[in-house]
Amino acid sequence: MIPYGAILGSYLVSAVLFILSLGGLSHQKTSRRGNLYGIIGMALAVGATALLILGKVQFPEGLAENFRGILLDDPTTSTVFAAAIGIGALIGSILAARVAMTSMPELVAILHSFVGLAAVLVGISTYLGSGIKVPAGGEFVHNIEIYLAVFIGAITFTGSILAFLKLRGSVSGKPLTLPGRHLLNLLMVGGCVYLSLFFVFAEGHSAIEPLLWMTLIACVIGFHMVAAIGGADMPVVVSMLNSYSGWAAAAAGFMLKNDLLIVTGALVGSSGAILSYIMCRAMNRSFISVILGGFGTAGSVAVGRKTEDQGEVTTFDVDETVEEMREASDIIIVPGYGMAVAQAQHSLSQVVNFLRDKGKTVRFGIHPVAGRLPGHMNVLLAEANVDYNIVLEMDEINKDFPDTDLVMVIGANDIVNPDALEDPTSPIAGMPVLEVWKSSTVVVMKRSMGTGYAGVQNPLFFKDNSRMLFGDAKEVVDQLLTGLRS
Amino acid sequence: MKIGVPREVWPGECRVAASPANVKRLQKLGFSVVVEKGAGTAASFDDDGYRTAGAEIVDGAASLWQQSDIVIKVRAPMEHPDLGTHEADLLREGGTLIGFIWPGQEQALVQKLASRKATVLAMDCVPRISRAQKLDALSSMANIAGYRAVLEAAHHFGSFFTGQMTAAGKVPPARVLVVGAGVAGLSAIGAARGLGAIVRAFDTRPEVAEQVQSMGAEFLTVEMEEDGTGSGGYAKQMSQAFIDAEHALFEEQARETDIIITTALIPGKPAPLLITEQAVKNMKPGSVIVDLAAERGGNAAGTVADQVVQSHGVTMIGYTDLPSRMANVSSNLYGNNICHLLDDMGGAEEYRVDEEDEVVRGTLVLHDGEMKWPAPVKKLAEDQKKPETAEPSEAVVAAPAEKKDRGPWMLLLIGLALIAVGWSGDSGFLHQVSVFVLSCFIGYQVIWNVSASLHTPLMSVTNAISGIIIVGGMLQMGGSMEDPATVLGVIAVLFATINIAGGFLVTQRMLKMFQG
Repeated sequence: MIPYGAILGSYLVSAVLFILSLGGLSHQKTSRRGNLYGIIGMALAVGATALLILGKVQFPEGLAENFRGILLDDPTTSTVFAAAIGIGALIGSILAARVAMTSMPELVAILHSFVGLAAVLVGISTYLGSGIKVPAGGEFVHNIEIYLAVFIGAITFTGSILAFLKLRGSVSGKPLTLPGRHLLNLLMVGGCVYLSLFFVFAEGHSAIEPLLWMTLIACVIGFHMVAAIGGADMPVVVSMLNSYSGWAAAAAGFMLKNDLLIVTGALVGSSGAILSYIMCRAMNRSFISVILGGFGTAGSVAVGRKTEDQGEVTTFDVDETVEEMREASDIIIVPGYGMAVAQAQHSLSQVVNFLRDKGKTVRFGIHPVAGRLPGHMNVLLAEANVDYNIVLEMDEINKDFPDTDLVMVIGANDIVNPDALEDPTSPIAGMPVLEVWKSSTVVVMKRSMGTGYAGVQNPLFFKDNSRMLFGDAKEVVDQLLTGLRS
Repeated sequence: MKIGVPREVWPGECRVAASPANVKRLQKLGFSVVVEKGAGTAASFDDDGYRTAGAEIVDGAASLWQQSDIVIKVRAPMEHPDLGTHEADLLREGGTLIGFIWPGQEQALVQKLASRKATVLAMDCVPRISRAQKLDALSSMANIAGYRAVLEAAHHFGSFFTGQMTAAGKVPPARVLVVGAGVAGLSAIGAARGLGAIVRAFDTRPEVAEQVQSMGAEFLTVEMEEDGTGSGGYAKQMSQAFIDAEHALFEEQARETDIIITTALIPGKPAPLLITEQAVKNMKPGSVIVDLAAERGGNAAGTVADQVVQSHGVTMIGYTDLPSRMANVSSNLYGNNICHLLDDMGGAEEYRVDEEDEVVRGTLVLHDGEMKWPAPVKKLAEDQKKPETAEPSEAVVAAPAEKKDRGPWMLLLIGLALIAVGWSGDSGFLHQVSVFVLSCFIGYQVIWNVSASLHTPLMSVTNAISGIIIVGGMLQMGGSMEDPATVLGVIAVLFATINIAGGFLVTQRMLKMFQG
């Protein structure tokens, strides 16, 4: 028999390992060790809990009856438990092994939904028959905790599923803006608060119906909230859902009086919140305005610079671009979502290697919201074996543009729009952007002259030093590579 | 509306306020243009050129001034040598005059124009804000002056600028010192570098160091904590100790410098004396000093305005008409500046002297004879926080996001709520809250340190560890399989496990790539 204190000790060690795991991500070199810490921490926590529910733990006097959950000698339950773990691990491994790096946002989103779902299930389960004993007089607080955990979990669940579908392209990325949608949300939240009155004051565990109704409403709220947010705000949405999944776990921790859940939930919750904040700052938009959604719809972008003074665009063909690349000695590449869509990162990596072998300085400039997930571009470039030392953040590289001979913008639009700085009436005014136009020449690779996500025209394309190279990013980069080698 | 371009009457002035190209542009804006016969001759624009461009040629200044609604000039109005009348008196009653006016120095002239009920826009008063850069005539003239200063120096300098290794022997490159890295200074640096000289530059404003270096010159400073940045991107006057240190620096530099080009001016003050007699003596015979501040007293001891003099074997050039010496290009650029101004004022169709417009207001000296100079500075102050650089047109006017700091109030609220919870006496709950709050703080600290390039792995790893909810599922499993609570617990365990396995493995996969 293992003393109960040892279980609590293992939980503490797990919590510390989780913190170290996140701390390890401060640098590429330590990041893998960080992940290992996370795995050990999780194994320890699961192992300790398994011992607990398998009845291998010696409880101190008076604590034993606090736990309902002892599997005892029921072989069915332990088999089911083993099966659940086994199947879950198998599915998870397959997902992780199969996912393409360009699909990372989808995977992250669907994993969030699982945490949300688990929180809902644990919450309802706790109400039906609590795994821990609630101290006398604590029923009221406990009910609130259950209600909150289920509420947050349900929003996370459906919100993440819709985010997953949007990222996958199964559902249009266009924001759904129902008339009076803010009122609708408000009504639904009001409904949940109203139902809570029936729930928390109910005697015993008789009020399962209000709980289920609230779960349903919260599911609709989560769905509707993400439906109103457009495709390129996804970095914020995904980080926000990441945060919610953490809060859901923390709420479950309150509910089950489990410190490890609280600590881990709080870590994940604040991580997601900070990421959302970073993403919002990178777009110069408030978190509230992103969550309220509707950005990029016709109604909100009728403003912006008049189009008649834009002038002509100058186009380049592949040969001219190759010529320009041969002459340049300092090149910066700015990738955007278009590169990810076209899967051009591998070809691009070869182009970069070729150019670097010729003694040219080639670097990447990454905008914080490029792609559909925080850090998405970095992962894609890492996948294509681009040395991470030449992949720089916006703040690091912005000052270098005036000394750069050639900037190649691949599938990016709003993040290189000079109007963000120059035109206070533009919808994206004040958003920090990569100041590519300060370089000698900018080659913009795009599929068409279409506007970016924000729906605003980009005066960069009309600047004297800008050249447009139209086509699919992958095909064009392949042609460039052939051109350079010939 | 009719714009008149008279011949400049200042002795030796070769520029003209509009080139034929400018005339075309003015017509596009809807103006008709009359040009005095021979106005552009000295700038190599003949009357036929103007005619082809669509201007009407008028013989005689008096009739030109009389028929023009707007007269554009380079130099301020002066006594007309041929007619014996003052140009200000030629201006039509209530007419408009655009040109260099210098209202600060030329008060008598402004009085005279006011009595004509004139509207006067001074090209020397264009506010230094980014929007007005395209009509900043002082900058466009300074650019030309800086370039020409180098050419004048080269003309008087007895050697190459660029170093050469010839069969006959080795010639070292010329060493050029540019004092004052404003528009003229930077232009001089560029021209001297282009000719192959080794260039150093000095300025009291530390923020120009980067611009100097970007032009390929070495930046010199005085080792002393004093920022010379004045308002509107100009320099301000420095303390005596600083000036002494400057003198010492230049006396030292003079020994190894072949050419000194000085461009230091302080608005509204005589030019500061920077190159002392001693510094001149220290220079090698045959060296050259070009003093672009000669008109305002000169930066170098011994320069004479408009003349070339020899002092201690050093050629000292004090020309004040450098832009006029390149009259063709300077007329064209100046004309462009004026076209931009008239364009901003609405062209001929919607021509309006709009006092609400910051640029027009700054430039305006007289409005229908009413004194408007100097423009109130309050509104300009905001723009002056961002000193303009010599790099044109790309300055940034971003709308600063207003953010209220609600931090303290939130803290207070949360603090009160926590105390209230403790008051109610549920110590178990309070213990959990403290764990929660402290964890949030730890999370906050740790996450800010995460490198931005690892944000995706961060998300997948937090995904994995939020699978810790599995513990909750497991605690709920302890019952018979008929109990729905147990079943829900099992399902929760299943999903949480997917999360844990998927999250950690995909993180591992990604991080492997980062180390590759």
